[in-house]
Amino acid sequence: MDTILKLLKQNARLSCKELAAMTGMTEAEVEAKIREYEQNGVIKGYSAILNEDLADKDRVTAFIELKVTPKADCGFDDIAKTIMMYDEVESLTLMSGAFDLAVTISGTNYKEIALFVAQRLSTIDGIVSTSTHFFLKRFKEKGIFIDNEESDERSLVSP
Amino acid sequence: MIDYDKILSDKCKSMKPSGIRKFFDIAATMDDVISLGVGEPDFQTPWAIRRTAIKTLEKGKTVYTANAGLIELRRSICKYLKRRCNLEYTPEKDIIITVGGSEAIDLAIRALVNPGDEVLVVEPSFVCYKPIIELMHGIPVIIETKIDNNFKLTAEALKAKITDKTKLLILPFPNNPTGAVMTRDELEEIAAVLRGTDFMILSDEIYSELTYCGKHTSIAQLEGMKERTLVVNGFSKAYAMTGWRLGYIAGPEPIVKQMLKIHQFAIMSSPTVSQYAAIEAMENCDKEVEKMVNEYNIRRRWLVNAFNEIGLECFEPMGAFYVFPSIKSTGMTSQQFCEDLLMKHKVAVVPGDAFGDCGEGHIRVSYAYSLKHLMTAVERIKDYLDELKK
Repeated sequence: MDTILKLLKQNARLSCKELAAMTGMTEAEVEAKIREYEQNGVIKGYSAILNEDLADKDRVTAFIELKVTPKADCGFDDIAKTIMMYDEVESLTLMSGAFDLAVTISGTNYKEIALFVAQRLSTIDGIVSTSTHFFLKRFKEKGIFIDNEESDERSLVSP
Repeated sequence: MIDYDKILSDKCKSMKPSGIRKFFDIAATMDDVISLGVGEPDFQTPWAIRRTAIKTLEKGKTVYTANAGLIELRRSICKYLKRRCNLEYTPEKDIIITVGGSEAIDLAIRALVNPGDEVLVVEPSFVCYKPIIELMHGIPVIIETKIDNNFKLTAEALKAKITDKTKLLILPFPNNPTGAVMTRDELEEIAAVLRGTDFMILSDEIYSELTYCGKHTSIAQLEGMKERTLVVNGFSKAYAMTGWRLGYIAGPEPIVKQMLKIHQFAIMSSPTVSQYAAIEAMENCDKEVEKMVNEYNIRRRWLVNAFNEIGLECFEPMGAFYVFPSIKSTGMTSQQFCEDLLMKHKVAVVPGDAFGDCGEGHIRVSYAYSLKHLMTAVERIKDYLDELKK
């Protein structure tokens, strides 16, 4: 992956000036490169990595496995489009293996999510079964330790 | 009551404690200190290496090795030196596995220096050379490097210090604390001076993997140099293995043979588990090293730029993981600056004069820290400088 993308993935707040210093490019080159990534859709947006448990204590997240009967002419795409239109759906991925679609959903309580699955998802044509798993504790998110900072055991000063 | 002062050796008593130590003692008593003071990687030892160590322990391989070290590891090191530097050594005769690069330096100086011998020490540099030379009743002769030459050794500076008592030249590149490296062309000029002489070179290449302007050249690679060079290297910096205490020295057999006696009586053999793990490092971890180097490089570029922006002039170092900005614009000495910065803004950096008098007017800043950490620290240094200007 391009170094600029790698660095932005870790910290999207780095300025073009800082990125230029880090990569040895000029500021103008970095700006042009980022604009290009934004235009051709490589960069879809910029967001903060949160400790969700601290940011919103009442928030509940679930990971739902869906088994689906693909439609003859358009495979999984049609069902996926129907599901992803719901605002509650945070992510949706077609998977290999024992189930077909992986959905992540957030809500304000367990019941809300359970009802969403029962009323919205399982009623969609082609969905064969659902299996809901609730998030209990996040340890690592996007490469960052959520629960505890890694401690530095080195002495403060050494030769 | 025993008078310990009378019992202790004069040489040991007259040895000055490291200038870094004093600073560390102050910093250790304070809370919330952000340090840029370490001389060791922030990365953990690559997992493959740690796995090998665990497996070694499980198999119960916990006995002494040969004095010179596991022959398998010595073979791996020879292969590595051939691959990286095109240097040919014989595993059975030319290599000793040591307890870190530090022991290798100690062995070389002890094996070579007679009372009254002069040892040329390029400064600023790592803190251990001078005390060991003095312990051997040798005379350290300092060759100062200057910012005007990007802290590189020049042929003229070298020539000026050679006498008929010169026994050894200590050549510490890539350099701690300046980050300076010597390119092949620059080493050729040094070699041209050395070819006509009959003293040895101790080339401390512990940072050889951490260069950011092409691959490292060892002076031993140059024509006529191998026979007069002892190459010191190790695993601490390249593979993030400081706590494993493992290094090595490679050189001409007649000298290695003598050093081996000292090693045999003082150490026996280097840590066995570390030695098995080091084979994995040499054979299979080029990729891990490359990843770390890329990361250091990004931080290095960012940090050099950041210091220049906040008004501390900083030449671009091409090796190790230190930058060495000048604090002369503040009118303070290195010690004053570092103590004041630590007291007022709780950032620990190392005063340049801890690495030799010619380091005065500079501070050593390590970038063996995450970018996030570096950014917070530089922010604090900027606040401190802004206050000074008021």
